[in-house]
Amino acid sequence: MVGQPDGGQVTLKAQDDYDAIIVGSGAAGGMSAYVLACSGVKVLMLEAGRDYDPVSETPMFQLPFDAPLRAAGTAEKPFGFYDATVDGGWRVPGEPYSSAEGTDFLWWRARMLGGRTNHWGRISLRMGEYDYKPRSRDGLGLDWPMSYEDVAPYYDKTEALIGVYGSNEGLENTPNSSPGVLLPPPAPRAEELLTQRICRERLNIPVVPAHLAILTQPLEADRIARMLWPNNEMARRVTAESMRTRAACYYATPCGRGCSIKANFQSPTVLLPPALATGNLDIITNAMVREVTVDANGRATGVHYIDKTTRLEEHVRARVVILTASACESARILLNSKSSLFPDGLSNGNGLVGKYVMDTVGAGVQGQIPALENMPPHNADGASAMHLYMPWWLYQDQARDQLDFARGYHIEFGGGRKMPGFGSFGGIEPLTAGSYGQRFKEDCRRYYGSFLGFDGRGEMIPNDNCYCEIDPEQVDEWGIPTLRFHWTWSDHELNQARHMQRTFEEIIETMGGHVLSTIHEDGAKAIARPGEIIHEVGGVIMGNDPSRSVLNEFCQSWEVDNLFVADGGCFVSNADKNPTLSIMAIAWRASDYIVGQMNERNF
Amino acid sequence: MTDESRSGDRTKHPHVSERGLKLPVLGAVSMDRRQALKVIAIAAATPALVSCKPGEEASEVVMTPAPVSNPRARGDAWDPDLIAPTVPWERSLTSDELQSLAVLCDVIIPADERSQSASQLGAHDFIDEWVSAPYEANQSDKVLVRGGLVWLDSEASERFGEGTRFRELTPDQQISICDDICYVPNADSGREAAARFFDKVRDLTSTAFWTTPEGMEDLQYLGNVPLPRWDPPPPEVLQHIGLE
Ligand SMILES: Cc1cc2nc3c(=O)[nH]c(=O)nc-3n(C[C@H](O)[C@H](O)[C@H](O)COP(=O)(O)OP(=O)(O)OC[C@H]3O[C@@H](n4cnc5c(N)ncnc54)[C@H](O)[C@@H]3O)c2cc1C
Ligand code: SF4
Repeated sequence: MVGQPDGGQVTLKAQDDYDAIIVGSGAAGGMSAYVLACSGVKVLMLEAGRDYDPVSETPMFQLPFDAPLRAAGTAEKPFGFYDATVDGGWRVPGEPYSSAEGTDFLWWRARMLGGRTNHWGRISLRMGEYDYKPRSRDGLGLDWPMSYEDVAPYYDKTEALIGVYGSNEGLENTPNSSPGVLLPPPAPRAEELLTQRICRERLNIPVVPAHLAILTQPLEADRIARMLWPNNEMARRVTAESMRTRAACYYATPCGRGCSIKANFQSPTVLLPPALATGNLDIITNAMVREVTVDANGRATGVHYIDKTTRLEEHVRARVVILTASACESARILLNSKSSLFPDGLSNGNGLVGKYVMDTVGAGVQGQIPALENMPPHNADGASAMHLYMPWWLYQDQARDQLDFARGYHIEFGGGRKMPGFGSFGGIEPLTAGSYGQRFKEDCRRYYGSFLGFDGRGEMIPNDNCYCEIDPEQVDEWGIPTLRFHWTWSDHELNQARHMQRTFEEIIETMGGHVLSTIHEDGAKAIARPGEIIHEVGGVIMGNDPSRSVLNEFCQSWEVDNLFVADGGCFVSNADKNPTLSIMAIAWRASDYIVGQMNERNF
Repeated sequence: MTDESRSGDRTKHPHVSERGLKLPVLGAVSMDRRQALKVIAIAAATPALVSCKPGEEASEVVMTPAPVSNPRARGDAWDPDLIAPTVPWERSLTSDELQSLAVLCDVIIPADERSQSASQLGAHDFIDEWVSAPYEANQSDKVLVRGGLVWLDSEASERFGEGTRFRELTPDQQISICDDICYVPNADSGREAAARFFDKVRDLTSTAFWTTPEGMEDLQYLGNVPLPRWDPPPPEVLQHIGLE
C-alpha cells in the first residue's frame, strides 16, 4: 500500500483521539474512509487481513503454464492460483462457519487489505427506481427507506470516482448515469455481436453494453475531482493526484488477478491511496475486531480487536464506530457485542440483527456454437470481463402477472477465444464422441473459441427463513463466536432459476448451438447454492420504523446513534443488479450524513 | 523468470530479462505470431503501462521493471507467491509409469506439422504433478491413473501375448485397445473404469498440451499482449459469423 516504505504491515500505535473507527477495508470500508478522510475526519481503519499491494503483488502476464496445476482452482485458491484472494475463498483458515440442518450456505470471504474488491467481477449496475420500492410495486419483500432519486447523485459520484464503462440506454428500471460520468464501453467481441443479433432480432431480448469498473481511458482527473469536491481543495487535490496514477486498461490479463496498473477498481488502488494522502487515515492490518464496546449510557466507545500477530486483545476508542466488515461479518460483530445494556447483542433490541440475509439467484447453461468454430485468429481478450449483457426485459410481463416469479434477472455471458487454461477442453466428448489422436487434436482446434456460457443473476426476495445467528458451539481461532446460516428459497427464486435455464437453452438453440448443460425442470436443481453467487447482503436492514429495522436510511443504528453499519448488511432488497456499486453509493451517502452530524456536534 | 523455480523438464517458454525498455505496440490485427510471442515474452517479464492522454492515441507501451518475486506473500498454499510460483509437493509416479504415460499421452495428442506431441511438451510430467498434489480429488485421480496404467498392460498382455506391454504395441494395436475405452457412454461393461481412466488422461493431456506456449500458438491464441486501444473484431471475423 501507499505510505508504507518498509512494505510490511502497518504497525502503528493507535492514538486515542480518532473521530471514527472503520472496521474492514473493502468496498464499503474503503469508500467510507475516502469520504470521511477527505472531509477532515480522523479515521482509524482496522482490517483483519494482511497488508496487500496490487501494484507489486499482481501476476499480470503470468501464464497458467507457470503455475502449479496450470493454475487450476484448489481448496485454498478455489478460483484459481492467480486469483487475487489471500487467506480466503469458500473457507478462511482458522475461521469456520456453519450451516443449520438442511442448509448448504456458501460464504466467500477474503482476509486482505481491500477485501473482496481485489478479485471481484467489477460488474457495476445501478439499482433502479423499482428496486428501491419493490413492496410498493408487487406487495412482496420490503421497501427501502429512501428512493432511487435520493441515491442517484451518489451513483454518479461513485461511478465518476472509480471509473465505470457503460452506456445510457434509457431502459426500464435500468437508470442512466448523468452526462460525463460513464466511460465509453469497449467494442463488443465477435461472440457478443452474434449473440446480440440473435437475441435482438429473434428473441426480443435487449443486449447492451455492460457496466464494469474498468477504465477504458484515463480519468479526467481535474474535471472529476472538481465535480466531486467543488468546495474542498484538499479532497480535490488528493483525488486528482490518485486518479493520475491510474492507467487505462490495456486489454490483456484477467481482472480477477487484480490490476497492477490500477485500471480496474480495487479499494487499495482507488480508495485508500487518496484517503491516506489526506493524512487523516491510519490503517492497522491483521486486526480482527471482536466487538463494539459501549459506555454506561449505551453509546459506542470503540472496539476490541485481536492483534493477529501477538494474538492479544487490544482496545481502540473513537467518537463514531462504522462497521463495514461485509454484510454477515458486521451482523456477527453486533451479535457478539453483548453487554448488560445489550444482552442480545448491540442494536438488536428487536431481534432483527442477522435477519433477512439475501443472495442472488444464479443458474447457468453452457453451449457450443458451430458458427463460432474455426474463427479467423484474432485477439479476443478485451477488458477480460464482458463487454455486453442483457438487462431484465420482462417487467411488463410481470406487471401483467404472466410469469410465475415476481422479480427480474439479468444475463451475464461470455466465452470465445480466451487464453487456454486448465480444463479448456474438458467435457467436449459429447461433441467428439470421445475422439483421440490426430482427430482429437483437430477437434480441439475446431472447437476452440466456440463455447459460450450464460449465467442468470436474479433478485431474491427476503424471507423469514434466511438468516444468520451465532453458533453456540463454535469459535474461530481468535476466540470469537462464529456464524451459523439458515436458508430456504421461496418459489419465486426457484421458478426464476428454471426460467433462466430455459431462456439460455432457447438462446443457444436459436443460435444453432448445442446445449452442453442439463436443463432442469425442477428449479431447486437449477439454482446455485445459497451464497454461491457471493452477493450476500442484508442481516442489518435499514428502514423507516425502528421496531422493524436496525438502521435508518443513513446506515445509523436506531439504538446507538454513534454506531453505523455501512456495508451490504443494510440492504432490504437484493435487486438483480450486482450489489457493490450500490454498497459504495450508500456508504458515501452515509458518510456525508456522518460528516454533517459531526459538524453539528451530534456525537 | 519463473521457470527456475519449477522442477521438471518441461519446455521453457521464452525468457527475457530486458528491463525498463520501451517498445512500439503492434496492432493486434497486424501483429504476426512471431512478434506477438515476443511481446508476450517481454510482457511476462515486465508489467507494462500504456500511457496516453484522453483523445490522444497511445503509441507505445512503457515497460517498467517487473517484480521477480513477492516478498509479502507468506508462501503457503493460502498466500502463495503469485509472481514466482513453485510446486510445493514432490512428484510420485515411477519412471516406468511415466514412460507408459508418455506413450499414452502421444496416442491422445500426436505430433503433426503444426505442433509437437503431448509428451514432447511434457504432458506426462504435468499428469505426475497433478496426481501428486495433496488434494483429495488429485489423490483419487492418482488411483485412477495408476490403476489404468496397470490395466493397459494387462489388456496388452491378454490381447497380444503374455508379458507384452502397452507401450511396446504397434500404433494399430494401441488403437484397438483405446477404441474400446475412449468414450465412457460406449464402454462395455467391465471397461467403465478403464474408460474413466482414459477420459481423465485425455482431459489432463489436453490441459497440459494446450496451455504450453507452443499449444497456445497452435490454437492461434493472440491475446495476453498489452494493447494501446481496443478495436472491434477484424472484417474477416465479422464475415465469418455473417455480421458484415
Ligand atoms: C469472485 C467474486 C466476484 C464478484 N463480482 C462482483 C461483481 O461483478 N459485481 C458486484 O457488484 N459484486 C461482486 N462481488 C461481490 C463484492 O465483492 C462484494 O459485494 C463487495 O466486496 C462487498 O464489499 P464489503 O466492503 O462489504 O466487503 P469486503 O469487500 O468483503 O470487505 C470486508 C473487509 O472486512 C474485513 N473484515 C471482516 N471481518 C472483520 C473483522 N471482524 N475485523 C476487521 N476486519 C474484518 C475483511 O477481511 C475484508 O477485508 C464479487 C465477489 C467475488 C468474491
Ligand atoms: S483487463 Fe484491463 S483492467 Fe483488467 S486487469 Fe487487465 S489491464 Fe487491468
